[in-house]
Amino acid sequence: MSLQFMTYAVVGSSFALYIGIAFWSRARNTGDFYIAGRSVSPLANGMATAADWMSAASFISMAGLIAFLGYDGSVYLMGWTGGYVLLALLLAPYLRKFGKFTVPEFIAERYYSKTARIVAVICLIFISFTYVAGQMRGVGIVFSRFLEVDVTVGLLVGMGVVFIYAVLGGMKGITYTQVAQYCVLIFAYTVPAIFIAIQITDNPIPQLAFGSEITGTGTALLDKLDDIVTSLGFHEYTSGTKSKIDVFCITMALMVGTAGLPHVIVRFFTVPRVRDARISAGYALLFIAILYTTAPAVGSMARYNLINTIQPGPVGAVDGNLEYEARPEWFRTWQRTGLVQFEDKNGDGRVQYYNDANPDFADRAAEYGWRGNELTVDRDIMVLANPEIAGLPNWVIALVAAGGIAAALSTAAGLLLVISAAVSHDLIKGIFVPNISEEHELLAGRIAAGLAIVVAGYLGFDPPGWVAQVVAFAFGLAAASLFPVILLGIFFKRVNKYGAIAGMLTGLLFTYGYIEYFKGLFLKWAGSPWGDNVAAHWLFGISPEGIGVIGMCLNFAVAIAVSYLTPPPPERIQRMVDDLRVPRNFDEGKL
Amino acid sequence: MHQDKRTAYWRANLRLVAFCLGIWFVCSYGFGVLFVEQLNSIRVGGFRLGFWFAQQGSIYVFVLLIFFYAWRMNRIDRQYDVHED
Repeated sequence: MSLQFMTYAVVGSSFALYIGIAFWSRARNTGDFYIAGRSVSPLANGMATAADWMSAASFISMAGLIAFLGYDGSVYLMGWTGGYVLLALLLAPYLRKFGKFTVPEFIAERYYSKTARIVAVICLIFISFTYVAGQMRGVGIVFSRFLEVDVTVGLLVGMGVVFIYAVLGGMKGITYTQVAQYCVLIFAYTVPAIFIAIQITDNPIPQLAFGSEITGTGTALLDKLDDIVTSLGFHEYTSGTKSKIDVFCITMALMVGTAGLPHVIVRFFTVPRVRDARISAGYALLFIAILYTTAPAVGSMARYNLINTIQPGPVGAVDGNLEYEARPEWFRTWQRTGLVQFEDKNGDGRVQYYNDANPDFADRAAEYGWRGNELTVDRDIMVLANPEIAGLPNWVIALVAAGGIAAALSTAAGLLLVISAAVSHDLIKGIFVPNISEEHELLAGRIAAGLAIVVAGYLGFDPPGWVAQVVAFAFGLAAASLFPVILLGIFFKRVNKYGAIAGMLTGLLFTYGYIEYFKGLFLKWAGSPWGDNVAAHWLFGISPEGIGVIGMCLNFAVAIAVSYLTPPPPERIQRMVDDLRVPRNFDEGKL
Repeated sequence: MHQDKRTAYWRANLRLVAFCLGIWFVCSYGFGVLFVEQLNSIRVGGFRLGFWFAQQGSIYVFVLLIFFYAWRMNRIDRQYDVHED
């Protein structure tokens, strides 16, 4: 069977499955629509959270990023998992006890303020749209590569599928679809990894394989990798180039940002009990860890495979490099997409891949007769091309396509839902039309979800130049705005509405200002006075990716200082916080 | 009223959270970032230990920590009679 037919069959049946689940789990009331009727088992919620969390970026881009960054890629591995510890210990159980529908709703009640609610909604919508645009783009790319249809057609099909199950099923439909999507994506991710691990090291467990010896050489994979990358002028794989403070701050910003992302927090509103929220975070991270501990193995093996293909002989020997005409099939396939590019700079008919930006290596390159790096590999293809590089059967390649789409769709659906809930529940019901009937609120939620899909599709179809840059902003913003006020709301009774609003605005404006200054998100024009984005100009040597940590600290400091200068929160709020802190109130009987 | 018990329960929770976050910090920021070079001089199989903590070990520790916290908290809930069902 041809690869294309196989891919259509696998992707098509995965879609049929998602839509079938959506019909089975339609939302009947606002409780179903926002929080799945609070009836999701902790295990299922853990799986759904994992699918919700692992986006096109985790599935497609992360291993490739690590392959080229080496140790520096650890910031993503630790940053995007460690946040769950904060979530499980500091936020999830208490927010579940609070027992309402949305994150801005918590902020509104705890800080007895509609202004705080509106600020929170603005943060939420900005963070979520930034994210969702990237997901829709991911769907389009996978479609165009594997199904060989136009990116636009791919996008429309993806939008259609999300529309059916998000609008119809709300949180309930999304949750059970995400469980199925998790299974598809984790299978698609680990199967090729296992095959490649066996090919390189004879060890079928990728997590152990990248610490094993390469079959028949007696040299450990990572040692060999350090050896060959340095011999080509690259930085050693197992050590880093970023400064310690920057690695520290980026990791922290990603962790705290993870814990502050509304579409992740809201997943813990769907379980029946407080204790379920705690254990569910454990399941979620366990399911996430299966992919996140495989990713660095895939990264190192992919880098090794790539270099081994390009540089089969000794570095510097005349016949040490791959002959262009003898290049393997995957090389040709990906060249057609433009994601692998070759230019024979020294005209020897062979491919040279090395670090021509390293001045210490320039002399040696000249000695070898090399005239610059000839190969450009887009790091996003590492996971998608992996099964082809390893020569795996067509069904595995088809599965990887379905997995990439599952990862993107599940995240997009979760984000669209929090956007629609923020509009229908926080803005319409909470502020503008408090007397709206439940039926109309549900309808408003569905319309908002539909509109959000159209906007997300448009952003994915024609992403403004800033989409890629604002991802760092989404995390920085979540870390600097939402996380501190939720945390203080639970752990610090004295913090009042003035402190919370001042804190959120300080964190938001500082973080936005810093990223704007260095990256020019919205306000960059030719000759603008913004600074060059280089380490020498950064505050304390912290890059814009890590600055959310400083924003967070400012938010904490301002919120506490302002609260002590203004009257304490009313008695009923202090009692509410007391009740948040215990799973079952002392005065009540057993549930 | 129940204020003493409430405070004691909350203290017990905070102690547990502080203990878990201590381990969380040491295994990721400590072993994986701040002291990574020192740990890299130790080898475990084909891994340098600091690198292993940054790309593998810290994640395993995170998973175990959440399950440990959930288990201990359930016990503390019962001890102070604030458990559900």
